[in-house]
Amino acid sequence: MWDYLKLVLLGLVAVFAAVAANYARDVAYMVHALIIMAVAAGMFVWVLRRTDEYELPKERSLSYMDDVIRAGVIATAFWGVVGFLVGVYIAFQLAFPVLNLEWAQPYANFGRLRPLHTSAVIFAFGGNALLCTSFYVVQRTSAVRLWGGNLAWFVFWGYQLFIVLAATGYLLGGTQSKEYAEPEWYVDLWLTIVWVAYLTVYLGTILNRKEKHIYVANWFFLSFIVTVAMLHVVNNLAVPVSIFGSRSVQVFAGVQDAMTQWWYGHNAVGFFLTAGFLGMMYYFIPKQAERPVYSYKLSIIHFWALIFLYIWAGPHHLHYTALPDWASTLGMVFSVILWMPSWGGMINGLMTLSGAWDKLRTDPIIRMMVVSLGFYGMSTFEGPMMSIRAVNALSHYTDWTIGHVHSGALGWNGMITFGCLYFLTPRLWQRQGLYSLSLVNWHFWLATIGIVLYAASMWVTGIMEGLMWREVDAQGFLVNSFADTVAAKFPMYVVRALGGVLYLTGAIIMCYNLWMTVRAAPAKDAAAPAMAPAE
Amino acid sequence: MDTYTFLRQFADSWMLLGLFGFFLFAVLRVCLPSTNAAHRDSKEIPFRHEDAPAPEFDDATPEEAR
Repeated sequence: MWDYLKLVLLGLVAVFAAVAANYARDVAYMVHALIIMAVAAGMFVWVLRRTDEYELPKERSLSYMDDVIRAGVIATAFWGVVGFLVGVYIAFQLAFPVLNLEWAQPYANFGRLRPLHTSAVIFAFGGNALLCTSFYVVQRTSAVRLWGGNLAWFVFWGYQLFIVLAATGYLLGGTQSKEYAEPEWYVDLWLTIVWVAYLTVYLGTILNRKEKHIYVANWFFLSFIVTVAMLHVVNNLAVPVSIFGSRSVQVFAGVQDAMTQWWYGHNAVGFFLTAGFLGMMYYFIPKQAERPVYSYKLSIIHFWALIFLYIWAGPHHLHYTALPDWASTLGMVFSVILWMPSWGGMINGLMTLSGAWDKLRTDPIIRMMVVSLGFYGMSTFEGPMMSIRAVNALSHYTDWTIGHVHSGALGWNGMITFGCLYFLTPRLWQRQGLYSLSLVNWHFWLATIGIVLYAASMWVTGIMEGLMWREVDAQGFLVNSFADTVAAKFPMYVVRALGGVLYLTGAIIMCYNLWMTVRAAPAKDAAAPAMAPAE
Repeated sequence: MDTYTFLRQFADSWMLLGLFGFFLFAVLRVCLPSTNAAHRDSKEIPFRHEDAPAPEFDDATPEEAR
């Protein structure tokens, strides 16, 4: 019965998408309609071939649902390399504008590739990392199989479709011009459906759990899922101009729109890139260190303080704007207070290694995780500092901001994700261990040196251009034109791009290592312990 | 009273008090000595069911299932 319903739905979607492609008012919408038509038609055939086929009943509750996590690991590594590659390319575009290729106008311009880069690394690389680690962690800490059967697959593939629609949309000029929320209305609607399914799978598994308590990592993951749903829906409230076009009109206007956007934008950092990744940290660091988290009490206080404070910090993106002063002061104060739970969490993670610090010498994976915590601490110190109005007067609109974002994204999110991928791959593919630890070492050093080059050059160039912009002569005239600052930044742009090349090289080495782990590393000897009932 | 003024006054009085109260309650609750056992138990959750779910038809309470 369910199969017939699916066939009807998929058929209707395919037909509607074909009609929409015909009536499309802009290129982005037409291409998206064609993609949706192809996907729906392909799924139709796929479901049709399985309809009314006898299926062997599987003893599912005896094992964890790991196939979707394996797919997530592959997707994370793939989108990571894609995102880093686009990032390196646009870094070189800034240094050498000729790379905005004439023949590829306007598709490969910096302006279109930049949202492709940010979305690819945050939502494709980071998002897939969060999907697969959260599914891994929630099963192991609830001691039950993932709830909802194939719904988890719907979440995975639905999310990939969202990524493809978003990425192609940017290249074709379909954007609603909200930073980190560029996708147009129908892509937003699709993501909402996928996200609700994600929440359902996650909550269903937690409600089913065999453990008495909900492990703290799940609290972080859950707050990430719930808050992102709220942020996404509110920030993307828009009225489409036509059902056959990608353009839409925002419901909010003016300073309300700006405030909503940065309430969204900062909490995307706070809940997508921080709370979710802290969920990873609270599971994978104890696992890799083989010791429980340093203080469970501190981890709960970390959780409540983080979610109570982060949600207010957004207005610090709008200092010296039409936003009322009280609002930006509020954002600034909460950002500064946020320093405490952030460092509490970092200390909690680091102290988990107390008594096992020797592992840092022998285990490059734990070294990656520890360095990621170090960068978490550094960027959560830098962020509150930059949110102070006086500092922001210097740093805003400069590349200091870009440096700050990347020390957090490359250092904290990237490194902890790499650590998790190295942790997960041998376990998910039943291998004895990784193919090569020395390649992990290479990855570690390439990535670390890459980040240092990136962050240092962006500090120098950001503070330099901030100072150049405000420099006035004895008569009170500005000393530098904008083009002067651009010319002065050239060497730092080159260094930044080289840092990106190192980071990308490290990621490619990781992909090779993970590939060889699956292909060539010896299998775990005991035959499928996953099926053995636990005592 | 227009909506802005009403919401503004509500936000920085009762809502603020309520949220802060909830936060204090959460922190104090964590610090109660009576939660020590539960926290010790929760700490070990990642090390219990690495390879397979807990058995389906098991009457054992979670503490015994370890």
